[in-house]
Amino acid sequence: MPKDMMPHFDLYQPDSLDAAVDLAARLGPDGWLLGAGQDSYDWFKNRTKRTPAVIELAGIAALKGVREHEGGLEIGALTTLTEIENDPLVQAKFQLLAQAAGRVASPQIRNAGTFGGNLCQDTRCWYYRYGVDCYRAGGNMCYADTPEGQNREHAIFGASRCVAVQPSDTANAVVALEGSMVIRSAKGERIVPASEFFVGPALNIKRMTVLEPGEILVAVRIPAKWAGATFYFEKVADRAVWDFALVSIAAAFRVDGERITESSLVCGAVECVPHRLKAVEAAIKGSPKNDETGERAGKLAVSGATPLNFNHFKIPLMENLVRRAIRGA
Amino acid sequence: MAYKHLGKDFLPHDVVAKVTGEAKYAEDFRVEGMVFARLLNSPYPHARVRKIDASEALKMPGVLGILTADDVKNPPAPEQALLTNEPVYVGDPVLLVAAESETLAQDAIEQIKIDWEPLPFHVDALQSLHPDRPNARSDGNVGAGGVEFQTLKWTKEDFAAAEPGKMPMGKAAQEWAFGDLEATFAKCKLVYDESFVHGSNSHHSMEPRSAMAYWQNGKCFLHVSSQSQSFIVPALAGMIGIPPTDLHVIAEFCGGGFGSKGGAYALQALPALMSKKIGRPVMMRISRAEEYFNGSARNGFQGRVKLGFGENGKLLAADLYIVQENGGYNSFPDFRNAADALSMVYQPEAMRWRGMPVHGNSIRRSAQRGPGYNQLVHIIEPLLDKAARELKVDRLAIRLLNAPETRSPVGPKRTPVSSCYLKDALSKGAAQFNWEERKKLSGQRTGSKVIGVGMGQAYHPAGFNGFDGLLRIAPDGKLFIHSGVGNLGTFSHSSTSRVAAEVLKMDWEDCVVIRGDSRKHLPWNIGQFGSNTNYTMTRTNFVAATDAVNKLKEIAAKQFGGSPEGYEIDGKRVFSKASPGTGMTYAQAAQRAMQLGGKFDGHELPEDINPMTKASATALAGTGLIGVAKDKLPLDGAIAAYAVGFVQIELDLETGKYRILDYVGVADCGTVIHPAGLETQIKSGAIQGFGVAGLERIVYDPQNGLPASVGFYQAKPPTYGDIARVMQVSGVDKPDPTGALGTKGIGEPLLGCAAASLLCAISDALGGHVFNRTPVMPDMILNHAAGRAPSHRPLQANCQ
Repeated sequence: MPKDMMPHFDLYQPDSLDAAVDLAARLGPDGWLLGAGQDSYDWFKNRTKRTPAVIELAGIAALKGVREHEGGLEIGALTTLTEIENDPLVQAKFQLLAQAAGRVASPQIRNAGTFGGNLCQDTRCWYYRYGVDCYRAGGNMCYADTPEGQNREHAIFGASRCVAVQPSDTANAVVALEGSMVIRSAKGERIVPASEFFVGPALNIKRMTVLEPGEILVAVRIPAKWAGATFYFEKVADRAVWDFALVSIAAAFRVDGERITESSLVCGAVECVPHRLKAVEAAIKGSPKNDETGERAGKLAVSGATPLNFNHFKIPLMENLVRRAIRGA
Repeated sequence: MAYKHLGKDFLPHDVVAKVTGEAKYAEDFRVEGMVFARLLNSPYPHARVRKIDASEALKMPGVLGILTADDVKNPPAPEQALLTNEPVYVGDPVLLVAAESETLAQDAIEQIKIDWEPLPFHVDALQSLHPDRPNARSDGNVGAGGVEFQTLKWTKEDFAAAEPGKMPMGKAAQEWAFGDLEATFAKCKLVYDESFVHGSNSHHSMEPRSAMAYWQNGKCFLHVSSQSQSFIVPALAGMIGIPPTDLHVIAEFCGGGFGSKGGAYALQALPALMSKKIGRPVMMRISRAEEYFNGSARNGFQGRVKLGFGENGKLLAADLYIVQENGGYNSFPDFRNAADALSMVYQPEAMRWRGMPVHGNSIRRSAQRGPGYNQLVHIIEPLLDKAARELKVDRLAIRLLNAPETRSPVGPKRTPVSSCYLKDALSKGAAQFNWEERKKLSGQRTGSKVIGVGMGQAYHPAGFNGFDGLLRIAPDGKLFIHSGVGNLGTFSHSSTSRVAAEVLKMDWEDCVVIRGDSRKHLPWNIGQFGSNTNYTMTRTNFVAATDAVNKLKEIAAKQFGGSPEGYEIDGKRVFSKASPGTGMTYAQAAQRAMQLGGKFDGHELPEDINPMTKASATALAGTGLIGVAKDKLPLDGAIAAYAVGFVQIELDLETGKYRILDYVGVADCGTVIHPAGLETQIKSGAIQGFGVAGLERIVYDPQNGLPASVGFYQAKPPTYGDIARVMQVSGVDKPDPTGALGTKGIGEPLLGCAAASLLCAISDALGGHVFNRTPVMPDMILNHAAGRAPSHRPLQANCQ
């Protein structure tokens, strides 16, 4: 149960990426990477996760800022969510990402919270956060997926022992925009498509991303492909501010006249990874971008959903959001 | 009547301190040698502590001591234990460890080994009444708020007799009735029989329950977070095991309590007991997360109500049964207050109430803004709208038809209220909101969005009597008004003190309110709770100021001859009516009082004042002219406050979300003594009400007894994005005939009317659908709009 009393740990504050990479390599799984701490401090204070050492990345200037890159953008992992929301380049090319960043948590959290932190944060399953010995925490059961489990916020797709969902708002936009992650380690740099960066419980039940110990997410690249496209972002949460999505949608469309020539749709908070709707994208190609197409797409989007006791409302909600994204309101 | 101070805004002295951060709350204090203490809270919803092995912890350098249930004197069950060997909810404090640092104290706690025996538990009060289900406590399952602690189960037949979806109704722990219920129902045109659930929600106090204590010369100095000042001293001293005169309570500021810090509570006493044991000052900081475990929440209801209406919409008969979940310990009589509210707001001819306060293995429950009174209107107001629709009566008209008036009766004793201007509030609010035009918008649809309009009413008792007033005119002529009421954050410690300035015709700049620290010689006053302060404290300050005026006149008569009746006061002078030039200043009169001694300077005191007031006045004796008296002003009837709210929303059927477009709130609080304070109360009450209606609830996993709502983001108090951006406020501003200067309390119904109005507006937007459950969350709206069944079972409580 939460303790709200942070234990001691060694704190490293590297001032260059090379130094951080060296430290990450040396400390391996014992080196906890810290952005602004919006997620990490919860774990530390509650003593539900511990680490001997923390590598604070805040002092590394190279990890901050938005840059043009091959017609698209490269955004440093330490760029704050507020900076992304207000950045002229992001706004001009990828309004979808600006909107997603602007709907994260609260203004105070966006002012401190980083892009990389938002993407790499752990799931918000309340059982897991509480510190129970569930699958994700190394135990042998899921507390949420039980006959009386309080699982309103949990997954309707892709469950595999664990039914937690991906909480990041920006992750859905990055996947919809077909971005990629720039990852550095002592072994060098590797680029991972966003669609492969996030992992579900079937692949690895203890992690939310492919990041290995010693690896640092240094930037996110958004390719030129969807620049200036028709976008739609909507996040439905209980509260207007400081809340995680019940369901969200991030969508990009290329439209020729009234017809959809290409689209990219991603739903959030329905699976442990951003839930790309490839079948929907294929089905609506060539269709008019209107409510009728939206209605049809909504039904297709939710086919195969497996609701739990308290989250079957996500089915009509997801259906409606897909419909709204396609009709444009 | 034109007043010098009342009805006018002023800058309360604590505003600047709060805005600048200079205000010091309990955890801001430091004293030499202070150490920290941390709690070990039960991880089990119900368990027995068989053995505690703290040997490893106590060996750690810097660890100073441990306090367990064996070291404290717990009150009789089911009162909240200070520390316990049989915790009854997750978070129940089991022991306290003191160390040189907080981190060390927490590290030490991790070294403590406890042999636990998990015991059966439940988190659903209604289900626990079944004979085959476990009780929350091993020593009883029912009792709170005046109902004897006992074991009382329903029969299997009681459960079997209930139709699907309807609440079973076995033997009640308490009940009352008036009128001929059966005959009255028989003549009703429309009868509803509805089962309902009202969620429980946290108090969300911004300031957690931190406390710091130290001892000097046998006296305990205790810094606490409290709504109340003098009122908590006797009970808190009792928990510590010392006479009240040996306890100094410092509670100048309170970062929110909403009822949960009205009386003394166990966590306040623990640092004092630890400090005594280890001989060091002890700070026990309660964190945000801990506040959700060790704080408290509103009582949740599972209930059933039968309502019978006449053809015109008059509520003729009501039969109410409430099962209240108390949490593990004694709680507040919300279940009974709700019945009073029904009898008051709707004035049925015949009514029966049955109540069943049941213990559950969940967080401690205590009074929360409008305890019971508000839950009741949240349930009934949408049903009133349902009846209005069915009977084709306007929703405003049905409320005006049923609303009480001055001298209308309340409760089983049919006590008349001293004043009631609910109809005026409804009419004023309707005009301000433009109800006649707005109601035409009801159900108007644009795409997936639909308009809903609603109104809500609420009632709460609004004052007490019989407490003491104490003030002093210093030799320099300044007026020192001693207030023991506390500081809930409403500024009423000062707005009620202005009554003394009014009576003595003083400029406010020449007045000082003395409060916040029992060393400052404060009178015996009730606490800041129950919407009573305006009424109760204007009376105490009135009688103390009147006593001072009388003494001023007596002193003048002694000095200049004639009788006291021949003298008048104004301009900080007491002077002859016949010859205004003959007189003396307040400063001179105070100096003269000190020379005269006796009753004039506090050396002789009234016999009927409380010993606490007597001690304070004795300490002030000889320092000026002392005004001191017990409030014995006449009291005729029950004191009651009323409030109404009107709201328009735009609800999106595709998302289950709504926007609150605007809100109108009107208060019947008698004479408005502080307009800015009233405005703040109406608006903040509405915001809190919007949260109760649509966002906030506690959630427990029923299989493990674990709480899910243990952080702000999980417990979901409303944010600035969830509230009405436009709010209009006003007061009826008609005086209560029994108040010292016509004013009465108002804080609590302001939440209830807003929550009820929102619930009515949601129903309105959904074509009249009534959920019979609060809060109404987006998933409930979505499921309804999509024709899907709700996720929760009928009458399921503490769930999502």
